Amino acid sequence: MDLITKSRELLETGAVKAVIGFEAGRRGTVRPAFVREAAKASTLVFDERCTQNLAAYLTRREVKRMGRVAVAAAPDTLRALLQLMAERQVKEEEVLPLAVAADGTVTELPCAADVEAHLALQAKELKAADRELLAKLDAMSREERWAYWQKELSRCVKCYACRNACPMCYCAHCTMDCNRPQWVPVASHALGNLEYHMVRAMHLAGRCVECGDCGRACPVGIPVHLLAFHCQESVHAQFGQRAGTSAKLDYALSTFRPDDKETFIR
Amino acid sequence: MSFEPKITAFVCNWCTYAGADLTGTSRIKYQPNVRVLRLPCTGRIDFMLLAKAFARGADGIIVSGCHPNDCHYTSGNYHARRRWMVYRGLMDFMGIDTRRVTFSWVSAAEGARWAELVNEVTTTVRELGPYQDYKELALAGVE
Repeated sequence: MDLITKSRELLETGAVKAVIGFEAGRRGTVRPAFVREAAKASTLVFDERCTQNLAAYLTRREVKRMGRVAVAAAPDTLRALLQLMAERQVKEEEVLPLAVAADGTVTELPCAADVEAHLALQAKELKAADRELLAKLDAMSREERWAYWQKELSRCVKCYACRNACPMCYCAHCTMDCNRPQWVPVASHALGNLEYHMVRAMHLAGRCVECGDCGRACPVGIPVHLLAFHCQESVHAQFGQRAGTSAKLDYALSTFRPDDKETFIR
Repeated sequence: MSFEPKITAFVCNWCTYAGADLTGTSRIKYQPNVRVLRLPCTGRIDFMLLAKAFARGADGIIVSGCHPNDCHYTSGNYHARRRWMVYRGLMDFMGIDTRRVTFSWVSAAEGARWAELVNEVTTTVRELGPYQDYKELALAGVE
């Protein structure tokens, strides 16, 4: 069954109150759509242009108020959904993920176990461009890395698009908006930019599902997602767990093993 | 005038602070470049505090607490250790000089060790010179 037929059916039977998906935007783009009537289900599209991680909407109060929603989900959206469940931000019964296959057929994944099983079959791979950039950064000296990030971050205008696009950035009170004490300078300034992106990467360490939406959302094209990816890879390498693989996952940085291995503490 | 580094030390109340106290009562001399900030536990030492220390002009940082298994709150240092493991990697990835941040365990009985640690760190940072990279950030845009 394709997405439109499935959505129409779900809305007609009242199984869900809304379907979150994509519709055609202007000039050949797509934009997120919240379909609440069966008659409007025909506007839904799902193709390779639909890269935005729709899980970011699931923690929003106005979406929660709608009731049970279905979401047209790519693998990254499903990973984010599992992580949100692990963090107890979304309940299993609140969301009905609809996994859309390449040929357009839709699979309902009504419980977290189904999502886990579905994701286990999908390989998670970094994009070639990201892999290359990470390898390039890896080969640099520390001074070169500093210069690289300073140059990149100098374009940051602190629009917080990366934060807003991220499904894991859902705190009602964000450190960035905190005035007393003011942890990070508000203005777009070299120091504040560095600190902002450092704080964001650290707050995502062990929680990032590596969808890369923060980098895609950046209006000036800073590869901010690499910072979160780096922390995530370091958590995976050192503690052996990956966010977005299970709905019952302890946050890597709020748990520990007495025999965690490090080499730098004197 | 020769360069004298400013070292900020974030220490835990129960071990390293008491250890540093013991250094004093044992009349052990050590380099005077360190400013000690006492926090309840290494678990409270947020990475943002370290960023703030650099932003306010520190050339080097010491973060120190109880040895594993000795935490007053049972597991604060274990949690802190995990955070440092990730944070240190991120600092390096962003090009921050990790030689300027020293993580260590100093117990309340290790007065001599505290003196040794401070001396070592002061010497290292003195050789590295002022942390110009970070100081330039704070002054960026200020004529």
